Amino acid sequence: MKLIQAIPCLFAGLALSGLLAGCGGKDSENTLTILNYGKYLDPKAIELFEEETGIQVDYEEYVTPENMYTKYRAGAIDYDLICTSDYMVEKLIQEGEVLELDYGNIPLSENLDPAYFDFSKSFDPENKYALPYFFGTVGILYNKDMVDESKVNSWEILWDKTYSGQIIMADSVRDSFMVALKILGYSLNTTDKEKLEEAQDMLIRQKPLVYSYLVDEAQDEMISENAAMAVVYSGEAGYALEFNDKLAFSVPEEGSNMWIDSWFIPKSAAHKEHAEKFLNFLCREDISMMNFDYVYYATPNQKTKESLDLELQENTTIFPPNGVLENCEVLKPLDDEDTMELNLLWKEIKAAD
Amino acid sequence: MHTQLRSLRRQLLAGPYLLWMAGFILLPVVMIFYYAFTTTSGHFTLLNISSIFASIHLKSLFLSLKLALACTAVCLVLSYPLAMVLNHMKTKNQGFIVFIFILPMWMNFMLRILAWKLLLSNNGVINTLLETLGLPGLDVLNTPSAVVFCMVYDFLPFMILPIYNAMSRIQPDIIEAAGDLGAGELTIFFKIIVPLTMPGVISGITMVFVPALTSFAISDLLGGGKVLLIGNVIEQAFMQEYNWNLGSGLSLVLMVFVIASMALVGSKGEEGGAGVW
Repeated sequence: MKLIQAIPCLFAGLALSGLLAGCGGKDSENTLTILNYGKYLDPKAIELFEEETGIQVDYEEYVTPENMYTKYRAGAIDYDLICTSDYMVEKLIQEGEVLELDYGNIPLSENLDPAYFDFSKSFDPENKYALPYFFGTVGILYNKDMVDESKVNSWEILWDKTYSGQIIMADSVRDSFMVALKILGYSLNTTDKEKLEEAQDMLIRQKPLVYSYLVDEAQDEMISENAAMAVVYSGEAGYALEFNDKLAFSVPEEGSNMWIDSWFIPKSAAHKEHAEKFLNFLCREDISMMNFDYVYYATPNQKTKESLDLELQENTTIFPPNGVLENCEVLKPLDDEDTMELNLLWKEIKAAD
Repeated sequence: MHTQLRSLRRQLLAGPYLLWMAGFILLPVVMIFYYAFTTTSGHFTLLNISSIFASIHLKSLFLSLKLALACTAVCLVLSYPLAMVLNHMKTKNQGFIVFIFILPMWMNFMLRILAWKLLLSNNGVINTLLETLGLPGLDVLNTPSAVVFCMVYDFLPFMILPIYNAMSRIQPDIIEAAGDLGAGELTIFFKIIVPLTMPGVISGITMVFVPALTSFAISDLLGGGKVLLIGNVIEQAFMQEYNWNLGSGLSLVLMVFVIASMALVGSKGEEGGAGVW
């Protein structure tokens, strides 16, 4: 039985050693190995960093936080710096895989709005480990011609029978439950079985009104006006708005999920000082601006935000207004048992008539 | 001696395929068996298998069976008369028509499903067309009907070709002889044509029913996440819930259904001779 488990590991090992061979042969003292989401950092910034410091950067990308976790846990590459989402940072902190940041080496972290360090406290209580990079919310992307705009300030509109067959829900467990839990006034991290079942009832009641359950395609359906509204991430909404003027984005008053992607230095880091130098570099106004232009998500960098066009600063799709964030919560990781419980409830919704 | 050498050579020729089979069919099946009978911590369990009796899993299994049967029935009803018409045409035209049926298969089937999604969507080509004609719009996307429709569209050639093949192998002499001996059109159809095309029908049914039963991509794209087939349950277990053990357990159960349906259909097709196209 051990052998059976060993075989996929063997293949993975082979693939990884191939990768390693590609990275080898360089001066390992003066390097920095970074792992980040795809398209989440302007390549020009890396070039500039290499020019300024003479440190050679090995840059790698991944798709989902779970992907990142597998890559990191495989242990074939010693990463110095990783960027990922809130709940995954928390998971790794809990597992003792994260090193404390030395803010003395990151003086420019002052540029970041303290409000986002406060939000980070939900997964990094003393702000010891994670440096905020980009953030956003989940909300309703709607078509102004098809929807009564006075009602998009509440998630309840997703249960309004007038829009039967024109509603796109998120095809992801946590995001869909978030909507129902927020209407009911509960925390989106609740593991109370009765509360979750109450939310499940609501979602089953909603199903006949739903056009489809989607994640990535939701924005495309909205751009081509196949539906009146969709539950999406603010980043995707910003993208969709550029393609269709009739679209608008709203984060309902009941509150929502706020996500923060952050940098952390893993235990495997061989060049912690280089990593901190890079973090300091990222906080620098010009570099932060370069990355904002490239990624177009909300930046926690106060200096960068202040130097944007007023119109962009007031773009509430990219930058959630303060009032909106008051009721927002950050997702927390669930333990295995609660995850299974929630997945079962979700499957029952998907199988319902 | 000579024959032994020849058989050895033949075995060597099969080598690459055997290697392929061992690595990409046998090994994965063994791993599925392993995962199906263990818990996440590696202990023996039957829970993954018995979880098929959980009400949601049974529900999606029955839905899969229902849709697969519907798809097979529609394909058969469409294909059989078509094969007869084809068979009566001139040989030159026959080749052309068959070519037309195979033509869509030149394009990747996922792309064709995506195309249907665009055609059928609320603002899609078909609805726009209906609207300009003053007709009511079609509300078929994201329903089980859309899933069955697209299954039929995708799997139809797999039904037509074997039936057509079986039919074109019937010697005209036999039908002529039957006529000479006084059999009417109906008798000829039921006593000669139907029994002789049975093997084609059987292989057509297997080739449509099995992929329809196990499909998950079509229901995912055209069901809008609202049509949960057993294939979708398995896919979710693997991709979203990181529960490979449950996914493997349900896959094994589905395999039993596939093998059973093939055996059931195959046992009736034995005597006919003319098998798969």
